[in-house]
Amino acid sequence: MGKTLAEKVWQDHVVYSAEGEPDLLYIDLHLIHEVTSPQAFDGLRAAGRKVRRPDLTISTEDHNIPTVDIDKPIADPVSAAQIEALRKNTAEFGIRLHPLGDVDQGIVHVVGPQLGLTQPGMTVVCGDSHTSTHGAFGALAFGIGTSEVEHVLATQTLPLKPFKTMAVTVNGELPVGVTAKDLILAIITQIGTGGGQGYVIEYRGEAIRKLSMEERMTICNMSIEAGARAGMIAPDETTYEFLKGRPNAPHGEQWDEAVAYWRTLATDADAKYDHEVIIEASELAPFVTWGTNPGQGAPLSASVPSPDEFTDPVERVAAERALEYMGLTAGQPLRDVKVDTVFLGSCTNGRLSDLRAAAHVLKGRKVADGVRMLVVPGSARVRLAAEAEGLDKVFLDAGAEWRSAGCSMCLAMNPDKLAPGERAASTSNRNFEGRQGPGGRTHLVSPQVAAATAVTGHLAAPADLA
Amino acid sequence: MEKFTVHTGTAVPLRRSNVDTDQIIPAEYLKRITRHGYEDALFSAWRKDPDFVLNQPQYANATILIAGPEFGTGSSREHAVWALQDYGFKVVLSSRFADIFRGNSGKGGLLTALVDQSVIDQLWALVEANPAAQITVDLESNEVRADGVTASFDIDPYVRWRLIEGLDDIGITLQHGDAIDAYESHRPTFKPVTSSPA
Repeated sequence: MGKTLAEKVWQDHVVYSAEGEPDLLYIDLHLIHEVTSPQAFDGLRAAGRKVRRPDLTISTEDHNIPTVDIDKPIADPVSAAQIEALRKNTAEFGIRLHPLGDVDQGIVHVVGPQLGLTQPGMTVVCGDSHTSTHGAFGALAFGIGTSEVEHVLATQTLPLKPFKTMAVTVNGELPVGVTAKDLILAIITQIGTGGGQGYVIEYRGEAIRKLSMEERMTICNMSIEAGARAGMIAPDETTYEFLKGRPNAPHGEQWDEAVAYWRTLATDADAKYDHEVIIEASELAPFVTWGTNPGQGAPLSASVPSPDEFTDPVERVAAERALEYMGLTAGQPLRDVKVDTVFLGSCTNGRLSDLRAAAHVLKGRKVADGVRMLVVPGSARVRLAAEAEGLDKVFLDAGAEWRSAGCSMCLAMNPDKLAPGERAASTSNRNFEGRQGPGGRTHLVSPQVAAATAVTGHLAAPADLA
Repeated sequence: MEKFTVHTGTAVPLRRSNVDTDQIIPAEYLKRITRHGYEDALFSAWRKDPDFVLNQPQYANATILIAGPEFGTGSSREHAVWALQDYGFKVVLSSRFADIFRGNSGKGGLLTALVDQSVIDQLWALVEANPAAQITVDLESNEVRADGVTASFDIDPYVRWRLIEGLDDIGITLQHGDAIDAYESHRPTFKPVTSSPA
């Protein structure tokens, strides 16, 4: 019987395998940031161990850093201490670091791909659940905890039990105005926040093939919100074109060798998945979340659901709680929901194409009175590229804030936060209670919906604008 | 890591589903670089409400958390496990755990015992009626035992073995050093390295 893409990549990385034990998998690329590494380095130090493969490790600063005044010392002493710890640790252990101010600094899952470090068939890990992003290249990429970060640093391997495989096939073409973000939000609402648990999801089908690499990254990024450990999209010409010429991509003879290998990375025709879901792209529309987990979503054209609509008692109670936290009423049209904040950024939608799409909507328009819009490019290079195209001017002329790269308001570890009761339309990936600030209310949206929402002051799609 | 064989203690009934790790430990606390001292962070937003179950004196000193389905979803922050342990919990019981959280728990020695929701319901009822009820979680027999309740729980056999023996993953892996060397010697050269371009 044939193998799926995930199984092929898994088997190519088995260092050691034995009955009743997890497989020991080799890790091709280990991405590091300031939040989940300090204790791992301390553990290495305490055990007298070195980093086995500094040449397969790279680090950057993203979660805890400010996105304004980046040339000044970090104001919060606790944040400053954590950044200092990363700088000390990477220097001590000989790991490449792109710190705040460096042209290659940015959100870790934007930095890897833009350098061409993330390639098909690789195993990629990071102490961050959105590592699934890199699966867009046909890599087996997943988030790990700090103890596992230490394990990879020490051994360049991880003991793991194989994931189950799920195919999500998206047939047809996305309708005009429906983006990769809308697609993945709809998928998560359909399969639920636990639906992908234990699985690596492979996204397939015509609609997926038509997506750009940045759009594929948006899809794979949010696989974790469906409970999946990883998401993957098989590589193709779109992938190779994206990679060609990037600083860490192979070149010359090695490029040809690499591509020959990458072409083998597809699910065999006779392979069987453990589970399959089919989505008809033509049925999709701009999609937003109303609740406090990414599975509590609905089309923008819909209304806030009533808890009674949920037959499962657990879901019903969860919906009641969510409506209370979010300050929403059942039956309220989602288009009527007013926001005071719009956040464009994150590892989900902070890339150049996302900024272009939002700028296209904002050009010649203004951010509504009473709305604050933060635009946070995913990396310093994305920022520079956007400025070269004049996108920053479009955002500034509209009345939005143009900032430096980092995770920013996605998880509000740095000062970019919602005040209690504030409500945001956010292009990030989680709408949990307090995620963007204690008492903050988050609606997950696409960049296009974020921009239209900024103009009208309530949830809206570009098609709603005059 | 301390060995885990059998634990007996009182429990907290957490009647919530989809408890994500942002609730278990808000991002604020992840700025710390220490490995311990996270007891103040545990459920800190929910603890602001005086009615929250952890604020009820009858549940003080409990070492077992009985939670609704989908426990530990969202962010991979291992700090969630540390916060639970620093607060005093040794076991979490639920009918469904998120994968990354479950894996992290295994690393730190926090036992995530999977039982049917009907067992959770029984335990909630027991503990709410009698907060001093003693519950035994027996990793050797994979059993949860309390007054009127005996049920088996699921846990990955390998994790179970490691917890019972108190073994650390890195030590186990380093025993396969030769296999790692052998694998490295055959890695394709077209795979990227971060050491170049400089």
